[in-house]
Amino acid sequence: MGILEVKNVGKRFGGLQALGDVNLSVAENTVHAIIGPNGAGKSTLLNVLVGKLIPDTGSVMFDGQSVLGRKPHEINQMGISRVFQTPEIFSDLTVLENVMIPCFAKRDGAYRMHAFETVEDEVDIVQKAEQMLLDVNMQDKLRMTASSLSRGDKRRLEMAMCLVQEPRLLLLDEPTAGMARADTNNTIDLLKEIKDSRDITMAIIEHDMHVVFSLAERITVLAQGTPLVEDTPENIKGHPKVQEAYLGQAHG
Amino acid sequence: MLGLNQKDTKFLLIVVALTLLTPFLTQPFAESSGLAQFNAGYPDLMQRFAIYGIFAIGFNILFGLTGYLSFGHAAFLGVGSYSAVWMMKLLTTNVIPGIILAIVVSGLFALLIGYVSLRRSGIYFSILTLALAQMSFNLAYSVLTPITNGETGLQLTLNDPRILGVTATPDGSIPATHLFGLEMKSSAQWEVFGHLFTFNVGYYFCAVMAIIAFYLSLRIFRSPFGMMLRAVKTNQTRMSYTGLNARPYTLAAFVISGMYAGLAGGLLASMDPLAGAERMQWTASGEVVIMTILGGAGTLMGPVLGAGFIKYFENIFSKINDGVLHGWFAFLPDGLEDFVVFLIHPFVGKGWHLTLGLLFMLVVTFLPGGLMEGGNRISRWYKNRRNKGTDTDEGTPHAPKSTPHVAE
Amino acid sequence: MDTFLLQILNGLDKGSAYALIALGLTLIFGTLGVVNFAHGALFMIGAFCAVTLSRILNLSYETIDPEKKDFLGNPAVVKTTYVESWFGPEAGAWIIDWAVPLGILFAIPIMLLIGYVMERGLIKHFYKRPHADQILVTFGLAIVLQEVIKYFYGANPIPTPAPSAFKGSFDFGVLLGMDPNVIIYPYWRMIYFTFSLVVIGAVFSFLQFTTFGMVVRAGMADRETVGLLGINIDKRFTIMFGIAAAVAGLAGVMYTPINSPNYHMGMDFLVLSFVVVVVGGMGSLPGAVLAGFLLGILESFASMNWIKDILPGIDQIIIYLVAIIILLTRPRGLMGRKGVMEE
Repeated sequence: MGILEVKNVGKRFGGLQALGDVNLSVAENTVHAIIGPNGAGKSTLLNVLVGKLIPDTGSVMFDGQSVLGRKPHEINQMGISRVFQTPEIFSDLTVLENVMIPCFAKRDGAYRMHAFETVEDEVDIVQKAEQMLLDVNMQDKLRMTASSLSRGDKRRLEMAMCLVQEPRLLLLDEPTAGMARADTNNTIDLLKEIKDSRDITMAIIEHDMHVVFSLAERITVLAQGTPLVEDTPENIKGHPKVQEAYLGQAHG
Repeated sequence: MLGLNQKDTKFLLIVVALTLLTPFLTQPFAESSGLAQFNAGYPDLMQRFAIYGIFAIGFNILFGLTGYLSFGHAAFLGVGSYSAVWMMKLLTTNVIPGIILAIVVSGLFALLIGYVSLRRSGIYFSILTLALAQMSFNLAYSVLTPITNGETGLQLTLNDPRILGVTATPDGSIPATHLFGLEMKSSAQWEVFGHLFTFNVGYYFCAVMAIIAFYLSLRIFRSPFGMMLRAVKTNQTRMSYTGLNARPYTLAAFVISGMYAGLAGGLLASMDPLAGAERMQWTASGEVVIMTILGGAGTLMGPVLGAGFIKYFENIFSKINDGVLHGWFAFLPDGLEDFVVFLIHPFVGKGWHLTLGLLFMLVVTFLPGGLMEGGNRISRWYKNRRNKGTDTDEGTPHAPKSTPHVAE
Repeated sequence: MDTFLLQILNGLDKGSAYALIALGLTLIFGTLGVVNFAHGALFMIGAFCAVTLSRILNLSYETIDPEKKDFLGNPAVVKTTYVESWFGPEAGAWIIDWAVPLGILFAIPIMLLIGYVMERGLIKHFYKRPHADQILVTFGLAIVLQEVIKYFYGANPIPTPAPSAFKGSFDFGVLLGMDPNVIIYPYWRMIYFTFSLVVIGAVFSFLQFTTFGMVVRAGMADRETVGLLGINIDKRFTIMFGIAAAVAGLAGVMYTPINSPNYHMGMDFLVLSFVVVVVGGMGSLPGAVLAGFLLGILESFASMNWIKDILPGIDQIIIYLVAIIILLTRPRGLMGRKGVMEE
């Protein structure tokens, strides 16, 4: 029984069957990659997992609880964090504030009005945020406005914001899309480090096979809205069906 | 002190000093000098500085922090005024109960309007608030006449019960508004070196309220709650994917700013016990938007400066007529004098709104951060010039970045 | 049935004005993505074009008529308008009488010019700025335009009558085979309604049947792609802004006999027109027109006495109420595209 269980999920947009009959099980403390050619339904699946889309059929269970019909903030409070394709950060706020906000969300829930404490009084939250930023090597940028960071640092910051919540499941939506090789490698190293240093389950949606094969312990190949194969990276590499899906895409 | 760090304490003390010394600061010119017309130290005007300062501080908590641009805030001001006048009609002309009721009622009203309008963001929020406020305005003029007294406006009369106070004074007139016996309109005057300083009870009462309002807003800005509000403005997507529900935060900000507006309305009624529906009109809502933007939305001092600036120049400009202009330009040759007066004429006197509109357009176009940003630019430029080359870009000392925009 | 019809007719003139202003607002929002708070001011300027033309036509010179004496026995001073002396007394009087319809010809170039100057001089710089900034700067502009008009024309409403041929009312009921005197309807309101239909028809056919309109519609749907095709969409958008200004102006010109123009009429209509746009669906032209008429008629129904007895004050707030309900239940409005204004 995995921490995330997707059963018979289907989603149709008008005449387009975006997801056919998806079954997926992500085991705890693994890195599970979901790959597939363009239009395979990866993003639709991700949006179902975070509560942005409600599927027509099927169920999505996280740790024994259904996530369907819940709002994004409720799903996050269950322990699922998400990294976006283009980093979503609080660009007008400082780096430290960016990381403190998830700390507050973790500690106080979806809403609590602290109108009369000052931010500095929250010593444990400040410390936690600073420690997190130290972990991702951004300790010298605490006071910078997030919008002035480089693209790679924005990605790092977003990861820090997710990790500081100690999520049980981290969803990553093409974390290296549009990155230069060096940045991609840095991100891979960062993710490896995260994987080795904490108990965390990651589900990665990725295009870049280099990233997938350096990180994933388990891979699901999605094609035309249905899972084709699910196996270990070694077995996926030589799998005829996978090559067909990708080559077919390339020829078609 | 008071839960503030050293820098903020100093800042607050400066604000307190400036507020308390306003009767001096606004009276820089001797009565006999030709510049006496630029003095602003009369009770009525000083009261308005403080009251509209409160209104703008409150508006800024919503707009400056969350980016939600409300075009209906005057409705809360109006509701506050009505509540306060009713309290003075029914209970007593002591201003305290009236102000408390004004804050409570406008807070509840803001809760209702905020609950409905915050379901949308961006321009839809602006239009919803505009529609709701305009609706309240229309109702105040028509069906609610028993409560609002329609076009005439709600006033104190000699028939009011005033169960805790007196219906009429011994000499048969309507009792004046007071604070435990201290009449709002009473003033002490002090003449020194040809300068006339007026210390008005009403002003000092408003000033104390304004200081409290400012202090609370300072605390909100520095609090985790204030940080959350800025987060709402910057990125609502990330906000919800961080496990935070933006709606209660924005609603809280909306209600707080509504209560500030109610306080301002209650104070207006306390200074002059009269409430009319025109206080609720959308042009009045536009005025507080202008004040906040002109001063600098999202900064602490900006809205206060904006309110003071607008109320001051409204008063000064309205007083300038052709006679005054001819007096100023008398040194020019006759034809030129007439021409200059002719050019300036449309912008002064009754033309104050024209000047205001132009000024507002210029600020929004060239200086979106308002006067505060202007001040910062100047001081930065000055600093750069002084230590040539060594670029010390410190930014604003006590404010988040202040680009006003609607939370999308 | 007849009261029903009468209320519909009564709602048409305001509905027409709402529809025309909302149409212009939607054109501007749809093509340029700008929220124009100064659009009501353009309506008001249109109305003052009619006032100005009527004043120009009434310009006169004085002559001394030796044959007539005033009451002191001096030779009488006779005022003759230039128009009369150029075209002869009869034609001249006719031209003066027809000042409002002629105002259309007068207003079109002026409004196009104002629209052009506004877009190039101000709005252009706000395309990439947030909506709030656009609202604020056009709000400032609206104040300025309003104050300028107030400076030149004063604060009082200026009566500007319709041509004498169209004064008074006609019996609309008789035309439909009803009893006489059941439905009496003023001529000018009928004309205003017809005029608005013509203008709306012209705008729609322009967008539908010309290449220019096609590009603009494509631009409304997807601005960037059209830009990539190498079509100079900005220039077309400028023209579109001029057209939207002209539509608002014409609505103002023809509205003058219904309500004497004053400097704040624009603001009064603006708030309601925005509400109309929202109800119709932000960005939907047919929606704006439909909602304009619907809300005008609805307002007229709400001001019927028996309805006011049941729900006092409903006539004052009906439009806002509808808008609030629409915004909360169907945020994209009656005919808005899906996703346009949903969160």
